[in-house]
Amino acid sequence: MVEERAFPGAVCPARTHRVDADGVGIAVHEWGNERDPVLMLVHGGADFSRTFDVLAPRLAQAGFRVVAWDQRGHGDSDHAHLYSFDADLRDAANVFEFVAGRRPVVVVGHSKGGAIMTALADAHPFRFRAFVNLDGIPYRRPGPDVPEHQRAGALGAELSSWLAHRRRTAGGQRRPGTITELAARRGQMNPRLSREWLEYLVTVGGRHDADGWRWKLDPSMRLGGFGPWRPEWALYRLAGLAVPFLGVLVGAEEPMGWGTRPEHVERFMPRRSRLEYFEEFGHFVHIEQPEIVSTLILDFLSESL
Amino acid sequence: MSGVTRLAHNRVSLALHRLREGDGRPLLLLHGLGESSESIFSTPLPDWPGPVVGLDFTGHGLSTVPAGGGYTTEILLGDADAAVEHLGAVTVLGRGLGGYVALLLAGARPDLVIGAIIDDGPGLSGGPIEPTSTAVLSIGGDGSAPDPYALLELGRDLRPADYAVDFARLATEASHIDEPITVVAQFRPPWLTAVAAAPGVGSADRAAALARYARL
Repeated sequence: MVEERAFPGAVCPARTHRVDADGVGIAVHEWGNERDPVLMLVHGGADFSRTFDVLAPRLAQAGFRVVAWDQRGHGDSDHAHLYSFDADLRDAANVFEFVAGRRPVVVVGHSKGGAIMTALADAHPFRFRAFVNLDGIPYRRPGPDVPEHQRAGALGAELSSWLAHRRRTAGGQRRPGTITELAARRGQMNPRLSREWLEYLVTVGGRHDADGWRWKLDPSMRLGGFGPWRPEWALYRLAGLAVPFLGVLVGAEEPMGWGTRPEHVERFMPRRSRLEYFEEFGHFVHIEQPEIVSTLILDFLSESL
Repeated sequence: MSGVTRLAHNRVSLALHRLREGDGRPLLLLHGLGESSESIFSTPLPDWPGPVVGLDFTGHGLSTVPAGGGYTTEILLGDADAAVEHLGAVTVLGRGLGGYVALLLAGARPDLVIGAIIDDGPGLSGGPIEPTSTAVLSIGGDGSAPDPYALLELGRDLRPADYAVDFARLATEASHIDEPITVVAQFRPPWLTAVAAAPGVGSADRAAALARYARL
């Protein structure tokens, strides 16, 4: 059932494709002229391509073929057996290959999408022409600072909760609700975004079943978690980037933000880089301020390409 | 003869092989990277007074081979936890990769793991312990086990010593038995050297470790 709402400035994608990423179906969405140079937009955790419905058409208008894909388990892509950062990287490489072969393209990544692209730029530098990272530069683990001697205890609590989730997730479904209810739930993680926008997102990122709306996001996925990785490792990769780089950081605290400030990352900025800090904006800066962010990206690209 | 019980771990169907019948606390065998429990443990089965069971990890043996990889050792911990949910309290003997998972399980379920033994075997080392270059490769696969993505991804998963020691600490602090982890492996990569040196972790030969846990 199609119940898309209108939102000021939002444009639905002009084309959609399905890419087979080693057996996982990845949904790809495009805005703008197919013959224009490619600009990849990469969403963050629990998001999906259509969260770019306002930013993408602005970039397309300026002469880019804007391409976004739903990461595995997100949006219209397949729910996979397994999820990992490495799998996201490989899926991304498959999409780049489908869209542009081995030609370098412009890449804009938000949040976890920025972190994945920082890793891909290190592993596959030949795919990058310029890189914009929108508040996707983690410098430490999210959450409160834990002293060394309490670390195992914090891990124990996280483990119990994660294993309990794994035990009940088989066959699990997301909770249904009305558009208003789903928007309100998402609003807890996105407190700075308008209700009108969140309700629009339900209609493009949810599906309408007989018993109500559900987010398409795989219910087995979970934000955060534990593991041997250190978020700050992304910084070490950033330092070695050769292509023009624009980093955008924000100052407003919110649940999905990483709290990274310029002083945390300045010494890791690559040679050809620019760092912009917006004290008063939040983590979803491209949704809060599409005009400012699209102008910033386009100015950066016109100066550096 | 073995019977196979299917256990659901999210969308993966795991094969739990009953390798020997018996009464009392089961010995849970966890195979190494690229192995499967029935082929590797059957001849001969380790000495154990009770039932002996072997779990095929995701992508191995008779368990589901997922599409498109995405393996982590934390997911294999979830596999092993599904076995513990089914079996109740167990003693665990892990080879190689399975030895590392036995450590994670001992830390995650200290009340249900009555002894974890870490033995030599494929995939004992894991990958780097610091950020390094990552090869992003699509390698296909025909859906048969062992899954090439399991070999690729679990052969290079990160195992920093401090992370491994956190699990040892969780096990030794919460377990009600002495030395809930015993290292029997001759080869000790950095994570295992650190675990073996942690307070409350024992070292022995395999037969002695099994005999000690069997008496508990």
